[in-house]
Amino acid sequence: MTAKPDLHAETATALLPGPFLQWFEQKGWSPRPHQTELLARTRSGQSTLLIAPTGAGKTLAGFLPSLVELAGRQKRRPGEARRGVHTLYISPLKALAVDIQRNLGKPVEEIGLPIAIETRTGDTPAHKRQRQKLNPPDILLTTPEQLALLIAGTDARRFFEDLRIVIFDELHSLVTSKRGHLLALALARLRSFVPDLRAIGLSATVAEPDELRRWLVPQASPPPMAGIITVAGGAKPDISILESQERVPWAGHSARYAIPEIYDAVKKHKTTLLFVNTRSQAEMLFQELWRVNEDSLPIALHHGSLDVGQRRRVEKAMGDNALRAIVATSTLDLGIDWGDVDLVVHVGAPKGASRLAQRIGRANHRMDEPSKAMLIPANRFEVLECRAALEANYLGAQDTPPLLSGTLDVLAQHILGTACSSPFDADQLFDEVRSAAPYAGLDRVAFDRVVDFVANGGYALKTYDRYARIRRTREGLWRITHPRIAQQYRLNIGTIVEMPELNVRYVRQGRGASVRGGRVLGKVEEYFAETLRPGDNFLFAGKVLRFEGIRENECIVSAGGGKTQIIVPSYAGGKFPLSTYLADQVRGMLADPDHWQALPEQVSDWLRLQEEKSVLPKRGDLLVETFPRNERHYMVCYPFEGRLAHQTLGMLLTRRLERAGALPLGFVATDYSLAVWALDDMDALFKAKNPSLANLFGEDMLGDDLEAWLNDSWMLKRMFRTCAVIAGLIEKRFPGREKTGRQVTVSADLIYDVLRSHEPDHILLQATRADAAAGLLDVGRLADMLSRIRGRIVHKHLEQISPLAVPIMLEIGKESVNGGANESLLMEAADLIEEAMGTDEDRAGA
Amino acid sequence: MNLALAEKGMKQSTGLVGIAGERAVCDPRGTLFFPSLGLLAVSDLHLEKGSSLACRGALVPPYDTGATLHRLAAVIGDYAPRIVVSLGDSFHDGKGAARLHPSFREGLERLILGRDWFWIAGNHDPEAPADLPGETVRELAVSRLLFRHEPSRVRAEGEIAGHLHPCARIVRRGRSVRRRCFISDGARMIMPAFGAYTGSLNVLDRAYAGLFRHESLMAYMLGEGRVFAIAGPMLRPG
Repeated sequence: MTAKPDLHAETATALLPGPFLQWFEQKGWSPRPHQTELLARTRSGQSTLLIAPTGAGKTLAGFLPSLVELAGRQKRRPGEARRGVHTLYISPLKALAVDIQRNLGKPVEEIGLPIAIETRTGDTPAHKRQRQKLNPPDILLTTPEQLALLIAGTDARRFFEDLRIVIFDELHSLVTSKRGHLLALALARLRSFVPDLRAIGLSATVAEPDELRRWLVPQASPPPMAGIITVAGGAKPDISILESQERVPWAGHSARYAIPEIYDAVKKHKTTLLFVNTRSQAEMLFQELWRVNEDSLPIALHHGSLDVGQRRRVEKAMGDNALRAIVATSTLDLGIDWGDVDLVVHVGAPKGASRLAQRIGRANHRMDEPSKAMLIPANRFEVLECRAALEANYLGAQDTPPLLSGTLDVLAQHILGTACSSPFDADQLFDEVRSAAPYAGLDRVAFDRVVDFVANGGYALKTYDRYARIRRTREGLWRITHPRIAQQYRLNIGTIVEMPELNVRYVRQGRGASVRGGRVLGKVEEYFAETLRPGDNFLFAGKVLRFEGIRENECIVSAGGGKTQIIVPSYAGGKFPLSTYLADQVRGMLADPDHWQALPEQVSDWLRLQEEKSVLPKRGDLLVETFPRNERHYMVCYPFEGRLAHQTLGMLLTRRLERAGALPLGFVATDYSLAVWALDDMDALFKAKNPSLANLFGEDMLGDDLEAWLNDSWMLKRMFRTCAVIAGLIEKRFPGREKTGRQVTVSADLIYDVLRSHEPDHILLQATRADAAAGLLDVGRLADMLSRIRGRIVHKHLEQISPLAVPIMLEIGKESVNGGANESLLMEAADLIEEAMGTDEDRAGA
Repeated sequence: MNLALAEKGMKQSTGLVGIAGERAVCDPRGTLFFPSLGLLAVSDLHLEKGSSLACRGALVPPYDTGATLHRLAAVIGDYAPRIVVSLGDSFHDGKGAARLHPSFREGLERLILGRDWFWIAGNHDPEAPADLPGETVRELAVSRLLFRHEPSRVRAEGEIAGHLHPCARIVRRGRSVRRRCFISDGARMIMPAFGAYTGSLNVLDRAYAGLFRHESLMAYMLGEGRVFAIAGPMLRPG
């Protein structure tokens, strides 16, 4: 071990040019081993994955190979041909690219390097973009969407001909979405321009680093992998779970009981970062903290629905250390360094061990000092979950989601983009696409169907050939049919499809929805605004707002208050399900009374009581309880597989119970359990084996039942819209264009209905179903669960509700199922009128 | 679930309305039938909207014309009307009829055969549809009724129009339901759009201002197998 530093110092001297060594010396630093190792590997032509915790000098390490190479590049002489981009840096966030420019500019200037570093994001003005194309910087910092635009340009090949290195920051977060699929295809495209391109991936610790290593290199068989450098974690974080003096509630997510204790913690620290899981929790926590904020501490709010200007102001105040606390959602998750955060508070359970580690990494950006964090469970199950997450973080357990295979809607977008750049040969493009990790398993039939889709919609009814977007030339190359196609493509690029949202505009009270002007506070989802009535109060941007009305694409509000009930908007996104890993830990904890010592007394008492009144399931078992209550019959089961999987299970179980004649009325799902209620005695049905519990929970429910339910599900329509926009079938919604849009375009729902009844096997419907199975419905997880519990269902019939069932029973009514009850709502409204006004017959005769 | 139970006990119901003293049936599929006249009205078919969009690069599924005609054939089969009035915008654009697939053209001709068929001129299709039977007119007066595409801005007793694609929205129990609808005050009516790809505009939008008497305004919202008569005060914008 003692010889190592010397050896390392020698390599450093050999690899780093004089000015770099002097700079390190001036700073009183020495190059870290992972920095020089990455340098050496990149120089030898390798692609490399660098895994390091925050604070390890990851950014500098990632750019060092480029800086060294660029330092050796001769100055461009007048008249010499323009030089292209040498290094491309891709970040998931615009803000991160801007941040990096600042952080990288400093050493570049201090070392005295003649290197031009520029950003190119959606905010870059057109004239600057134009200039960048004519006179590219040495290092271009950009986002996946901008890269897609660049490679779809007619001059793409020339623009990238000098490219040597591409750096992917926060690779672990980039690769798990459709965005990652598009980016992988772009990387394959870049490699077709520059075969010996080296890729550097920067990542936080992940469960399966090999997946990322494969992602960075062209696919082949046997699968090659990029090199890997792992920097060990810094000091062990100091995490505690709040041991509240107050009673921890049975259910709910507000953690209101702990507000005074959270406020105390804020007072005792310089800057506290408060993380919550959803935007509604953020609004609520912010409101509650200000209610007790007697010292008027500067406490701010930050989430993705707020106006950009407002968010930037909070970020700036944070950087200036002007804030004592920030309530935030995942918008602050990624590696942006701001200010001196010395405490991270996580309100609610973190839902995943990796997510907890990332968020805790926000505190104290120096590797050698422990980060300090506090977990606030919002209810009793969350106490168990926090405990499990805490142990996992100590154990270094990781539960990042597995990578999924590339989706076909993204492929369609890429194929059209490729054609916009220059005519392509289908065989060559197929090979190129398969060299991208997510598409390594793509078969030729699917590829050809997607090409066909891009060309003329890919419909069995061939009536659109004359309107084709791309067409095969006599030489066998696919070429766009009209320059207009390329223009449309550029407007619709990307994989982030927003749900319809309305601007929230603030006006003076009493002026109604007809006034003009007023400040924009941010955005709410359209479906939420639609449920409001004028006069309703709701919480947004840290204010109580009074809903005045909807005007075009705006939700008009004024100052709220008074005695009426306050509604907190719910957001469709942003609710993470409990990770598989944590779920297993929680099940283990329940089954093992020795473990309970680590839990607060009120929680261990609760579990003991459950053991007494019902039963606590073993780790691999599924407990199903049935009991009567208020003339209804309840069935509660505890799979601990996350809310999404439970919702899907609930839908399927109620279908089956309905067939069995149990007259199910509804269900509610949480991260931990599922409750179904019915008019008929389910216990009696199970005892008569009509159906038996084993059959009810049989794996065959994932066949026809799932298919039948899926087709009618509003969730599938939602996903279809996303796929259709990404694949370029329908256009994105642009702000201010909604009004005219409605007249010209066709809504995705109408297209879905028509396509489903006429061509159910269309490639886009296939893509939609695949998305649904993987994402919203968590079918994979449900399938694993059903197979795990085969023969391991423990049924307990009770005379009354069990202690473990209390939390979910409290959720009933708060969050019921959005099935298809629209018709009954209409009927209710119509019946009211019939009462008041007589029947249709009477009126028609009048 | 409870919805299914509720539906079993529900009686089939169609919306019976009176317009300027004429009795009519609002069919939940979006058509209007006058039994005493044997007249069926249908509005805004927007046939060949799919191919119209495809011309401009949006390759939406080419099945809209087939789907629309299929539903229309079913309605005509049920009511066996002597007269059919298509209230305008029957085709999405002036060349729509020329683009009709031969099989759809034949199907449409079969529907027209043996009845009086009127194509009211719309803003999307001001000219007579190419090579199709039926008579193209700007307006059609029958009994106390006047059929035209765009509703006139002045009070018009007995006017049946289309053009605006009305829909209505209600909110109950924190949930919102939006449906296409017929809208009437007893004196005149605007019909919902029938075409498979037609969007809709809320009846509380500015475009409807001044057309109806508020106190007797009713929206007949299209439901599964029945229409729901909803009074004006219960409707919500958006």
